[in-house]
Amino acid sequence: MSPAQETLLRRVEKVDGGLDSQDVATSLGVDHQAIVGAVKSLLALGDVISADQRSSKHWELTGEGCEIAEQGSHEARVVSSIPEEGMPQSQLMKLAFGKVGFSKAMSNKWIRLDKGHEGGPRIFKTVEHLEDLVRDKLLLVQKGQASQLEEKEKNELKKRKLLSEVTVKSYWITKGSCFSTTITKQETELTPEMIASGSWKEKKFKPYNFEALGVAPDCGHLHPLMKVRTQFRQIFLEMGFTEMPTNNFIESSFWNFDSLFQPQQHPARDQHDTFFLSDPAQAHEFPQDYLERVRKVHSEGGFGSQGYKYDWKIEEAQKNILRTHTTAVSARMLYKLAQQEKFTPVKYFSIDRVFRNETLDATHLAEFHQIEGVVADYGLTLGDLMGILHQFFNKLGITKLRFKPAYNPYTEPSMEVFSYHEGLKKWVEVGNSGMFRPEMLLPMGLPEGVTVIAWGLSLER
Amino acid sequence: MPTVSVKRDLLFHALGRTYTDEEFDELCFEFGLELDEITSEKDIISREQGDTKAEGASDVILYKIDVPANRYDLLCLEGLVRGLQVFKQKMEAPRYRRVSPASSEPQRLVITEETTAVRPHAVAAVLRNITFTQERYDSFIELQEKLHQNVCRKRTLVAIGTHDLDTISGPFTYTAKPPGDIRFKPLNQAKEYTAQELMSLYKTDSHLRHYLHIIEDEAVYPVIYDSNGIVLSMPPIINGDHSKISLNTKNVFIECTATDLTKAKIVLDMMVTMFCEYCEEPFTVEEAEVVYPDGRTCQYPVLYPLTITLHESTEHIAQLLTKMCLRSEVMSDGEQIEVEIPPTRSDVIHACDIMEDAAMAYGFNNIPRTTPRTYTIANQLPLNKLSELLRQDLAAAGFTEALTFALCSQEDIADKLLKNISETRACRISNPKTAEFQVARTTLLSGLLKTVAANRKMPLPLRLFEISDVVLKDESKDVGARNNRRLCAVYYNKSPGFEVIHGLMDRVMQLLEIKPGQGNGYHIQAADDSTFFPGRCAEIFACGKSIGRLGVLHPDVINRFELTMPCSALDIDIEHFL
Repeated sequence: MSPAQETLLRRVEKVDGGLDSQDVATSLGVDHQAIVGAVKSLLALGDVISADQRSSKHWELTGEGCEIAEQGSHEARVVSSIPEEGMPQSQLMKLAFGKVGFSKAMSNKWIRLDKGHEGGPRIFKTVEHLEDLVRDKLLLVQKGQASQLEEKEKNELKKRKLLSEVTVKSYWITKGSCFSTTITKQETELTPEMIASGSWKEKKFKPYNFEALGVAPDCGHLHPLMKVRTQFRQIFLEMGFTEMPTNNFIESSFWNFDSLFQPQQHPARDQHDTFFLSDPAQAHEFPQDYLERVRKVHSEGGFGSQGYKYDWKIEEAQKNILRTHTTAVSARMLYKLAQQEKFTPVKYFSIDRVFRNETLDATHLAEFHQIEGVVADYGLTLGDLMGILHQFFNKLGITKLRFKPAYNPYTEPSMEVFSYHEGLKKWVEVGNSGMFRPEMLLPMGLPEGVTVIAWGLSLER
Repeated sequence: MPTVSVKRDLLFHALGRTYTDEEFDELCFEFGLELDEITSEKDIISREQGDTKAEGASDVILYKIDVPANRYDLLCLEGLVRGLQVFKQKMEAPRYRRVSPASSEPQRLVITEETTAVRPHAVAAVLRNITFTQERYDSFIELQEKLHQNVCRKRTLVAIGTHDLDTISGPFTYTAKPPGDIRFKPLNQAKEYTAQELMSLYKTDSHLRHYLHIIEDEAVYPVIYDSNGIVLSMPPIINGDHSKISLNTKNVFIECTATDLTKAKIVLDMMVTMFCEYCEEPFTVEEAEVVYPDGRTCQYPVLYPLTITLHESTEHIAQLLTKMCLRSEVMSDGEQIEVEIPPTRSDVIHACDIMEDAAMAYGFNNIPRTTPRTYTIANQLPLNKLSELLRQDLAAAGFTEALTFALCSQEDIADKLLKNISETRACRISNPKTAEFQVARTTLLSGLLKTVAANRKMPLPLRLFEISDVVLKDESKDVGARNNRRLCAVYYNKSPGFEVIHGLMDRVMQLLEIKPGQGNGYHIQAADDSTFFPGRCAEIFACGKSIGRLGVLHPDVINRFELTMPCSALDIDIEHFL
C-alpha cells in the first residue's frame, strides 16, 4: 500500500460523511492527481471505499491578474508614476504598463494630454487620489470571495484576460461496505502454486468483468455455402439417394442438350447463354447407335413422338461447352443404367457447379451450384414426384408447397415448385421439377414403362 | 420465357367478367402462366426515362403475363382469352377450317430455284373479309413481333410478311436476286432504294440492324413480287410500302419465308388461327397454293388437326382434355381416347404432352401426393466423401475454407504465377463476355491468392484452403478434358511460415494414414518451380508418386496478386488417395 493510499484511508476513517479529494490534496499539500491515483487503485480492490465523481467550477487569477492584484492596475500605476510637472508621452510609453494604462487612464479621465506642449506632447495627472476598482475586485477573487462579484464584472475581467474560470474534477470519497484501513492486494488469477499450498483460501480475488467479450478461439472455418452443401448432401443420403460423379465441368453439347431432347435451335444453345470451348473445341467419342437414335427422334420423331422435324447436325452435338446444368450427368447415368442387362430402380443426386455466360452483377453469377435429384422406376407418377418433393423440402423445414405447370424442353409434365415464405408473406419459386420425356428416355434404351422423375434447385438461392 | 402485355380492361371485357389482381394471379398459376407485373405505359416510361417524359402517356392498366416458351398460341390477347375461356368452360374450343375461295382460284405463290441458296421455304394463306379495329390491328402487329423473337429465332428460321391483298395481284413469285437488281420503296420510306442501299440505310436502325446479318453476305437476296412486278417484301428484312396493311384492310395475304419448313408451318398456323376469329366467317382461313421449283404444289395453311391416341380410358380424362382445347373422345373399345390436337397447339408432339394438359385441367395441386416405393441403398461418391472428410479436418487445423470461381483469366493461371500458358494444359473458352472467364482454372492457388488480396484488412496470419476441381486437357476423355480434385492451402504472414504449411501437409498425410518415409510413405525433396522462391520449393511424393508441391511463393507472384507479405503454399492432387 502506497503512503498516499494509507493517508487517504486514515482520513476517510475519521470523517463521518465523506470528503473531497481536492480538499485532501490541498490539506496534504500534494498534487491532486496523486490523490486521484490512490482513489482509483483503492476502488479496484473492491468495496473498500466508494467514490463519486463530481466537478466544480471556480475563478482564478491569471498571471497578469496576479501582477495587478499585487501592484495595482495598469492605469493606476500610470497615474502614480506621473510627477506633478507631468511627463512626456514618449517617456510614458516606454514603461511596461504604459500603453494599456494610458488609454484606460484617459477614458477614466485620470490624466490629460497636452499635444501642443513645447518639447512634444506631455501628460499631466488630473486626480490626486483614485480608487483602483480593478485591483480591489481581483483581490476579492484571490481571497476566494469571487461570489461577491457580479457575473457581469467577472466576465469583463475575463475578457481582459485577468480572470479565468477553471473546472476541477474531484471525487467525493466515502467508506465502502468492506472498509478497512489495512488492505491486502487482490489476486488476479488462481495459480498452480496457490492450489499446491492451499493459499487460495486466504486470498481475495479481483472480480472478473463479465461485460467484456471473450478471446476469439484460434480456429479455421468452413465456407457457409459449403456447409449448406453438406446439409443437402446429408438429406439426399438420408433419403437413399446415390451420389453421381459430376466431376466433369466440360461436357459435349450432345450430353448437355441433344440427349435431353433439347432442339439444336433452342435459345439456351446460343452463344449469349452458354460458354463454348475453343480448346478442346469438340468431343470425339459417342455411343454411335444411341447417337443415331437421338438424331432420329429429333429430326424424324419416333417412340410415339412427332419429333421436332429439323435437320439435326452432328457438328452441333460435338461442340464442347461448360455444362449448363448437371442434368447432363443425369443423362449419362441414365444411359449407363439402360445398358445394364436388367433394369434396376435407382435414386441419384448431385450438387455441383454449372456455368452460364453471364456478366457478373449482384443477381447474376457465371457459375453456381445446382442441386439435382433423380428417381427412375417403373410406374412413377406425378403424385410420386410431388410426394418426394414434399419429403425433401420438409427436411429443409419448408412445409408449405404448391406446384405450377411450367415448360421445360426435356420434362413433361414440368412443374415449378413454390413455397410459402413466412417472412415475405408470399409464394416464392424454390425449384423446378418434372418427368423426363419419353423422347429422352426411350432412345437411351430404358424399358417402356420406366418413368424418371427429377427436380433441381440452386444452392446459392 | 416470353412476356405478353395486355390491357387489363380489354382482357376482362373479352373474358366477360372482371377479376381482382389476386384472383387473376391465381387463375394464371393454375393455367401455368405467371402474372409478372401490373403496370401502365406511364409507369414504364417514368421508370425508364423519368417522370417528365412520362407526362401525357397512357395510364391504362397493363398486365404483363409470362407465357411458357413453347406456347406460341398464348402470345396475344386473342389466344390468351381463347385458352382461358375454354379452360373455364365458358366456350368450346373452336375448330379451324381451311376453305377455298368462293368464286376464284386460290392465291398462288411460286417459288423459284434461286431461293435454294439463301432461304428455300415459303408458305402462305389469306384472311378474307377481316375487320380490324385499332386494338386488333395493334395486336396483329405485336403478335408478328413476338413470333419473330421466339419461334422464328429472331427471323433466322422464319420471317413473316403481311400484305393488303387488294393492293396487289397474284400469282406471286418468291425468288432471289443479286442485291443490286432489287429496287423498291420499303415500308415507311418516301423513296425507292436498291437492296444494297437499304442494307446501309438500316445499319443505324435500332430495330432492323439486328436482322441484316442473316442475308448480308449472301450473293442473292430473297424477294417476293406480285404479277405486276411490285415488291411485297425482301425477307427477312423489310416489306414493301405499297402493300402495307391498314385499319381499313379487308383481305390479308400472309407469307412466311423460312430456312426451317416445320417452323414456317407453325408460324403461319399461329398467325391465321389467332386472327381468323375476326373474319366474316369466323375460324375459317382461305387457302393459298405454293408451287415448288420442281412443279409440286401444296396448299397452306396446314391446319389439319393431329390425332393422337391415348391408351387411357376414362371419360373424365376426355373431359379434362376438352378443357385444354384438345377435343377428345373415348373410342368404341372403351380403352382408348382419341385426341384431336388443334393447329394452335404445335407444342403437343407426344402423348405425354397431352397427359400434362390433363393434369393441368385436373389441377396439379389436386393430385394426391404419394411416396414412391423405390427401394435403394445410398452411396457417396468416394471422391466427394474423401473431400468432405479432409475439409472438416483442415478447418479443425485452423485453416479457413474459401470458395473461388472455376473460371478465370489466362493471366491468373499463367503470367501471375510466372508460368507459361502453354505448359498449363488449360481449356479455353471461345465466347467469354469478360476477360474474367477466358479459361478454366488449372490450379486453385490463384483463386486463394485473390481471396487473400480481398481480405488484406483482416488480422494476420491468414490461413486459407480450398478443396475443389481444376480442369485439364486430357485426350483420353471423350470431351478431351477432365476435372482433377485438388487441395490447396496458403499461409500469409510477416514471415513465410514454410514450417506451418509443411506441418499442415504432415497432418493431411497423418489423416490419410501415410507415414513419413520413402517407398510406401511420403517425403519431400527440393524442386524447381517458377511460382516459388528459388530454393524454397519442394515436390511431395506419396507412395512413390509425385502428388504436388509446397514452398514459399516467389516475391514477383506476391506482387502480381497485389500482396505485400511473404506467403507459403501447398497444392496437392488428392485423387491419388482414393
